Amino acid sequence: MNEIWAGLQAALFLVFTLDKDLVEITLRSLQVSLSALVIAAAIALPFGTWLAIRRFRYRRATIAALNALMGLPPVVVGLIVYLMLSRSGPFGVLGLLFSPTAMIIAQVIIIAPLIASITHQAMRELWAEYHDLLISLNTTKRQRIFTLIRDGKRALLTAALAGFGRAIGEVGAIMIVGGNIDHATRVLTTAIALETGKGDFALALGLGFVLIALAMLVNFAIHALSRTEREGTW
Amino acid sequence: MVNPTMSANLSQVIVKRRGSVILGPIDLTLARQGITIVLGPNGAGKTTLLKVLHGVERISSGSVDWSVPDELARQSQAFIFQKPTMLRRSVRENLAYPLQLLDYKKAEIAERVALWAHRIDLGDMLDRSAPRLSGGEQQKLALGRALIRDPDVLFLDEPCANLDARSTREIEKLLVDAQSSGTRIIMTTHNIGQARRLANDVLFLLNGKLHEQGAALAFFKEPKTPEAKSFLEGDIVE
Repeated sequence: MNEIWAGLQAALFLVFTLDKDLVEITLRSLQVSLSALVIAAAIALPFGTWLAIRRFRYRRATIAALNALMGLPPVVVGLIVYLMLSRSGPFGVLGLLFSPTAMIIAQVIIIAPLIASITHQAMRELWAEYHDLLISLNTTKRQRIFTLIRDGKRALLTAALAGFGRAIGEVGAIMIVGGNIDHATRVLTTAIALETGKGDFALALGLGFVLIALAMLVNFAIHALSRTEREGTW
Repeated sequence: MVNPTMSANLSQVIVKRRGSVILGPIDLTLARQGITIVLGPNGAGKTTLLKVLHGVERISSGSVDWSVPDELARQSQAFIFQKPTMLRRSVRENLAYPLQLLDYKKAEIAERVALWAHRIDLGDMLDRSAPRLSGGEQQKLALGRALIRDPDVLFLDEPCANLDARSTREIEKLLVDAQSSGTRIIMTTHNIGQARRLANDVLFLLNGKLHEQGAALAFFKEPKTPEAKSFLEGDIVE
């Protein structure tokens, strides 16, 4: 119990003194995970929707694969991205390893299947509802996808938030491809891992509370901005 | 935009589902004007026939020919389903949607939406969310949304099922207005009274086949087949 109290105290102290390192680490966490979220959502939302409305030969296999990829172990993703970006790897010339960009790439790979899969589930229901009307109005594929994304925005928000939650709390992959370098690639989760390893539980817990607060804050902010809870049933 | 030369010709159309024939073979030529009412018991293939005509049902054999190219025919038709599909948007956006798909200018969309909102008597509900309207209001909205494109042909699948007398009357009035401004109407109904009020001619389907067809007056006065006669009298036809 003592450690938890000490952790809370440390967290409050860090927050109220606006500790320089804490602010830097927190902002980097946000920068990496939000960038990953934006990129992953841009890919996964249209893809998940497309999967819901399009019938093609390997559709079932694609969906099964997507669902399996939701459980992709971050450490393995980190390892693969590491090998791709390392000096001797195919993208080594870009010099991206141990940079925030590398961390974003890894997180995109981790959360895109999750977002696409949740999107697909939700869109399938909406499509069943809209199917007859949209077919009857002679809509193009593009128009159908746009209509579904627009009207299913609440479900898409849930998908995006699930993706963000996974990204912001993820440590395995970004530890490997980012390297947890102070002032360069250190983020909240890797810092927690480091402080725990060093035995500084108070600081680790303090960072942990900041991380939890941050995740909740982002959730509330997105809900408030998109006013999802105010407009009746959607 | 009304095209007086829209007519349809079905020859030997058969629709199969899981190996069993649910419609056909049907040969049919649809006249160019008026209101055609499709009658028949449940499962007779009324909805399927409408969908075949609209081009959204896959046919197993035979052909459906509209007098204009398919693309144009589809564009100038509208279909109203028994349970109207409400987009999860406001009434205004529901009305505007078919026009937005065709890239109409904003000003023209606003103008037409206002006109049609007034016609379907939902003028003061434009900002309400459509899925929360009552059944009658939803059906009127669906009708307005279908007519806002000035379709040449309008299909309705039991538009007044589950509606009360007042909503039914409002919808029938809209249909008669649309018809007199040149829209061809083809609808199914279980309401014989409604069929009598609206029909110019009648198609009577039974077990997937076109059992009897003819001008409305003659059909209601003196049906040629015993099945149609007992159907009109309210007996159970199988």
